[in-house]
Amino acid sequence: MKVRVKFAKEGSMKFIGHLDIMRYFQKAIRRAGIDIAFSEGFSPHMIMSFAAPLGVGITSTGEYFDMEVNTATNSEDMKKRLNAAMVEGMRILSIKKVDDGKASKAMSLVAAADYLVTFRPGQEKLRDMFLEHLADFYSQEQLLIWKKTKKSEKEIDIRPFIYEMRREGESIFLKLAAGSANNTKPELVMEAFAGYLSVSVLEYAFEVHRLETYGEIQAEGRPVFVSLEGLGEEIE
Amino acid sequence: MRKLALNDEILLNIEKPARYIGNEVNSVMKEKDKVDIRFAMCFPDVYEIGMSHLGIQILYDMFNQREDTWCERVYSPWPDLDQVLREEKIPLFALESQDAVKDFDFLGLTLQYEMCYTNVLQILDLSQIPLLSKERTEDMPIVIGGGPCAYNPEPLADFFDLFYIGEGETVYNQLLDVYKENKRSGGGRREFLEKAAGIPGIYVPGFYRVEYHEDGTIASFAPTCECAPLKVEKQVVMDVTDTYYPKAPVVPFIKATQDRVTLEIQRGCIRGCRFCQAGMLYRPTRERKLEYLKQAAKDMLVNTGHEEISLSSLSSSDYSQLPELIQFLIEEFDKKGVNISLPSLRIDAFSLDVMSKVQDIRKSSLTFAPEAGTQRLRDVINKGLTEQDILEGAGSAFEGGWTRVKLYFMLGLPTETEEDMRGIAELAEKIARRYYEIPKEQRQGKCQIVVSTSFFVPKPFTPFQWAPMFTKEQFLDKARFVKEAIRAQLNQKSIKYNWHEADVTVLEGILARGDRRIGPVIRKAYENGSLFDSWSEYFRPQAWEQAFKDLGVDPDFYTMRERDVTEILPWDFIDIGVTKKFLIREWNRAKEEEITPNCRQQCSGCGAGRYKGGVCLEG
Repeated sequence: MKVRVKFAKEGSMKFIGHLDIMRYFQKAIRRAGIDIAFSEGFSPHMIMSFAAPLGVGITSTGEYFDMEVNTATNSEDMKKRLNAAMVEGMRILSIKKVDDGKASKAMSLVAAADYLVTFRPGQEKLRDMFLEHLADFYSQEQLLIWKKTKKSEKEIDIRPFIYEMRREGESIFLKLAAGSANNTKPELVMEAFAGYLSVSVLEYAFEVHRLETYGEIQAEGRPVFVSLEGLGEEIE
Repeated sequence: MRKLALNDEILLNIEKPARYIGNEVNSVMKEKDKVDIRFAMCFPDVYEIGMSHLGIQILYDMFNQREDTWCERVYSPWPDLDQVLREEKIPLFALESQDAVKDFDFLGLTLQYEMCYTNVLQILDLSQIPLLSKERTEDMPIVIGGGPCAYNPEPLADFFDLFYIGEGETVYNQLLDVYKENKRSGGGRREFLEKAAGIPGIYVPGFYRVEYHEDGTIASFAPTCECAPLKVEKQVVMDVTDTYYPKAPVVPFIKATQDRVTLEIQRGCIRGCRFCQAGMLYRPTRERKLEYLKQAAKDMLVNTGHEEISLSSLSSSDYSQLPELIQFLIEEFDKKGVNISLPSLRIDAFSLDVMSKVQDIRKSSLTFAPEAGTQRLRDVINKGLTEQDILEGAGSAFEGGWTRVKLYFMLGLPTETEEDMRGIAELAEKIARRYYEIPKEQRQGKCQIVVSTSFFVPKPFTPFQWAPMFTKEQFLDKARFVKEAIRAQLNQKSIKYNWHEADVTVLEGILARGDRRIGPVIRKAYENGSLFDSWSEYFRPQAWEQAFKDLGVDPDFYTMRERDVTEILPWDFIDIGVTKKFLIREWNRAKEEEITPNCRQQCSGCGAGRYKGGVCLEG
């Protein structure tokens, strides 16, 4: 059975990189006594797949991984057991059963993600400037930026990958393309925004928090975003 | 949420911020207002190394079992953070509370190897604690040293308030009780140190005076305070089953050097190799009970979620119930995807059988440590391994499908000749030939033999503690000689040769058998920029050379002369149970190429029998 785990990564855990978070969960799953399935071969490994790697320094309440289990009790119990194996800053938010099959692999499903960009204390002037010009910035039809690739630098238009951008309280809400194809980092949008305002922004002027990760499904003939947990069902 | 000592900007700009944030699984949080004693336990090297050390895990668990004590961890900040802490004057902090170390009651540093001594000074310096014990004031932590290098604490005597000599499980509780009582009754630093000096195993260097002869050797070593004993007795846990052992060790977020459960199956070693300090220090050999180990293995795997378990001891093959233990581990854990790692096994039919069950033969290699190239020199060092053992072991391994062999040797052992060095190459050649005896269609291509040599460093409390060392150039000549000899072998293409660096060996030799006059040199080298000396990319031999020169200390005095057995050695005031008489006897037998039987074959009367336990009472 394939199980999807939604988790939060907050506080000091934002300093732990993606590979170490994977190792952290491998050990947590053992401590929680989850009956996870292993691959065949001389050095078997746990069958699990993470949705969208989160950069170091970013917090999140919308992280996911899928795992293959041999047996499962129920969502409530597994969530409780995994939460008992967590450290401060890590929380299991939901556990859902998802369809088997390649197409439902968490990683390949990811299409979009929501972020909240908050200015750090001391950056109020900058914040006000950003918030004031947010609508103008977002109303541009094209947003050309230079993106570094492995070999060269090329100019691309990221405007189509910003699905939503608005003020939320004193922060900026962003819905951006995610996943392998057009993955757009919030830092990149903020950089373009700073360029638009002709201001130089300190590297640590704002904090980024991921709110949710979405997959894309076809509903009534058109694509819709559904949270990855929304694609699963509660295990009773 | 805890407030971190470092801000985001710092943490996101340094390598591996996970080294400094604490919060790991099984790390212990307490309320600081509800404890009487705050203990900062430090391994003075980078986090990944320090977190792999069993001794600290044992003490961390033991101290935190006390309701009145909160023990936290501290490691050496990597040079990137070191620079930030200095520039921004941020005091070094402990991982759990993120509070400054200088506000703790104790700072304990484990001294596992000599090359960490400048890191010890870094820890004190960054903590904003004066480097010299005598300059510390009432509100500063008591600085304690422990671990194997504390068996010759003299080079560090100026920097520590006290040393704990021996195994930590015994009198630390007494020491903490005395501290608490002293604090309650309004006693100060001096009063505490006087009381501590009366506890067996505690050495307060400030209460002793050393005088020297004109030739530089020690004339006298004596206490200056009635509170301090003439001899400091090593502490030893006689019941290694009914004692402290961490059932839930801390699990790092980043991959530590030892990313696994460590199961210490016994302490000590019956073998009596004459170069080996651990083999003498941890006498008598004491085994933990099988049932206890089974339970401990289960508990630790469940509590940590580690995917590997490793047995730890100086010579696992000598654990009397090893087959039962390994069988249990395989049956219990192999199917759960837990790897079983078995270091320090003697290669024989049993171990090959076990290894074929728990490892991928194609990927693993066999390890032999003959230490010397000829039987003559192996007799000198009392290494029981014979050429026949090695060839038979390697032979059956090759037939079982192994193709890779690692061989460890030392260069510069007492009485070594060119023949002994050539013997290294010849032994490697014989092993290669044994491999090619297997018909071509039955073997898996070529074999790969890796010969590694280190340079021998005489250590305190070994029969070789009186032996001279060599210069850096002489050491390198020896390595070149072995290299040439290997190149002259028929199967040289199957043999790879690595050797250890020589300048770091010479320094290790100076520090290992140094006295109090080495302390200022360490300080000077640190001020000259020495740090992380055990990391070849950071080792700065010039900084040390300059320090010796500036202070007029002759390094050769510590390395190049053969000491007379009547000389007062800097560490003679420590009583490790094994007598000096026995060490002298062994030194003489070494020169006569006489071997000494191991503890199970026959008691040699080393002195450890007075502890009345372990292997001394077997049979």
